[in-house]
Amino acid sequence: MFARGLKRKRAEDEEAAPAYSLQRQSLLDMSLVKLQLCHVLVEPNLCRSVLITNTDLQIQEEMTQDGRWCVPVPQTAGRASRDLLVSTEILCCCAWEGVHPAPDPGDLASEFQVVPAVQAPGGSPGGVWGRDGPRENRGSFHKSLDQIFETLESQSPGAVEELFSDVDVSYYDLDAVLTGMLGGAKLIQDGLDLVVDILVET
Amino acid sequence: MVGWRSQSRDLQQDAILADRASSQDPLGSPLPKMIPGIGAFTQDTLWCFSQVKGTMETGTTEADIISTVEFNHTGELLATGDKGGRVVIFQREQESKNQVHRRGEYNVYSTFQSHEPEFDYLKSLEIEEKINKIRWLPQQNAAYFLLSTNDKTVKLWKVSERDKRPEGYNLKDEEGRLRDPATITTLRVPVLRPMDLMVEATPRRVFANAHTYHINSISVNSDYETYMSADDLRINLWNFEITNQSFNIVDIKPANMEELTEVITAAEFHPHHCNTFVYSSSKGTIRLCDMRASALCDRHTKFFEEPEDPSNRSFFSEIISSISDVKFSHSGRYIMTRDYLTVKVWDLNMENRPIETYQVHDYLRSKLCSLYENDCIFDKFECVWNGSDSVIMTGSYNNFFRMFDRNTKRDVTLEASRENSKPRAILKPRKVCVGGKRRKDEISVDSLDFSKKILHTAWHPSENIIAVAATNNLYIFQDKVN
Repeated sequence: MFARGLKRKRAEDEEAAPAYSLQRQSLLDMSLVKLQLCHVLVEPNLCRSVLITNTDLQIQEEMTQDGRWCVPVPQTAGRASRDLLVSTEILCCCAWEGVHPAPDPGDLASEFQVVPAVQAPGGSPGGVWGRDGPRENRGSFHKSLDQIFETLESQSPGAVEELFSDVDVSYYDLDAVLTGMLGGAKLIQDGLDLVVDILVET
Repeated sequence: MVGWRSQSRDLQQDAILADRASSQDPLGSPLPKMIPGIGAFTQDTLWCFSQVKGTMETGTTEADIISTVEFNHTGELLATGDKGGRVVIFQREQESKNQVHRRGEYNVYSTFQSHEPEFDYLKSLEIEEKINKIRWLPQQNAAYFLLSTNDKTVKLWKVSERDKRPEGYNLKDEEGRLRDPATITTLRVPVLRPMDLMVEATPRRVFANAHTYHINSISVNSDYETYMSADDLRINLWNFEITNQSFNIVDIKPANMEELTEVITAAEFHPHHCNTFVYSSSKGTIRLCDMRASALCDRHTKFFEEPEDPSNRSFFSEIISSISDVKFSHSGRYIMTRDYLTVKVWDLNMENRPIETYQVHDYLRSKLCSLYENDCIFDKFECVWNGSDSVIMTGSYNNFFRMFDRNTKRDVTLEASRENSKPRAILKPRKVCVGGKRRKDEISVDSLDFSKKILHTAWHPSENIIAVAATNNLYIFQDKVN
């Protein structure tokens, strides 16, 4: 029963994944803008900068994980790759469990001007970022390894193409998105550099 | 710098005027004793409007925005600091037998410019004059003393009354001009003569150049000889008498600033144990330190942290867990912390989780992305205890503020607004409707005004009188006197 529920959710997730990734990217972009738009005259608020940078790192970490997910894991993978999956179990739970098929359009659309998210059946009214009620998430830390492998197998290899298929180019430059996906680390580093520059001067 | 304001002692005149106003606005029909929602905390506490200070104009000068509010230890004085670096002190008038139904009101006692804007030439950055915190010293003589701080400098101010002045100088005339010595033929002894009461504020100490980062807290120690000032990365201990040096007691600055992931957000001394203090962090943790353990309190004595709820995890989890205020209870047995969505009460003897958690505005949980975009998620709300530690209060948006009774577990949402500002008008509880049908008098989440935030509140040390800062207005509410 658990497996079936997982499969259904997986289908919803596949539809929501592009929207979620886009919104995650917007969040990353927004964070970097926030870090750069420090008040020119007054010293920036260190607490705020640290919190934004930490959030960026979190996003980047998850995006890196997603990068790994896109690569199909060979079935005959040895013990090493099993260990890798186990160690990323917690992160993947947070990442995928956090995906909601129906982000509140009123909440996000006006800010992001993103392509309206697909209203999947059974979607929760909560925001994309927040976590929904307990039904999806109970016992998320206790998933068996089998369920994780099942998740991996059902991951479509063309996920990366899907990601960009319905990007609203008026808002996103494709280069920017690609840069974001692949160069997430660099953008985070730029953000950190900026904070460090300000602090080093002190 | 001396600032003073002439204070007339003819309070009776004020009382007569106020009485005239209130008699034209009778209280109305008798109130039912127990109304669900309004509710009695203890013995039917009903909150009434008492006073509002500040301009009614809609265009707010940024300098007038109140940035801190604090009662002194007796509750006789109420101090506010604003973004323009000014401090305004209100004094409670003596209660007169003539108005039994009205308790003492707060009138302006002293106003002075505490801090001026400065420019840091080394970094080419301005140093704001905004008063971040005011803390009173316990009164030891006729004068009042308070500490006020901006981002970089702490100042000790003495506020004293003068109702006599010396007259009959030999070398100066009454206007202060020097007299021609040739015209002085006799000597006289100057005498003190009564004058109109004058309240003057003088800076007695300036504690500067000790903080690289922005000061967020100051706290007077129970020994009344020392105090601490905390910035994002360091906490310094000062002696009131010594301004050219301070002791660094906490330093969380990493050797490599790129490794910085956590900052200090608030700090406070224990109310009775002069060796103990706590400080909170942007990661939602509280550390209790004992200054007897070592000179540099980098190793905490106690570490308070609640394990993260995995079902509530999101990208914003860390930001909303950042503690914006930490306050010891008057008893010293508990600490209260405020993070973005909740207020928590911790028992000093239990580090692994708080004993009580109160939801301030959980309906914002689904709006975190918008609140991140408009920066509201970084708003730093304060929290306060009442005198008996039975009720806690904190602010929210839309000029709402919340009170939680720890004993009855009941809570109420009230609003500071000009509409509810009739004399002795009872505040009606407010309710935010989360979804579905909105009842009459409820307000929906999407209609909340996020520019009207109540960050600073204060509670009288022994009575049910509260001061609530709503942008540039200060509201004073009292419980209903029967």
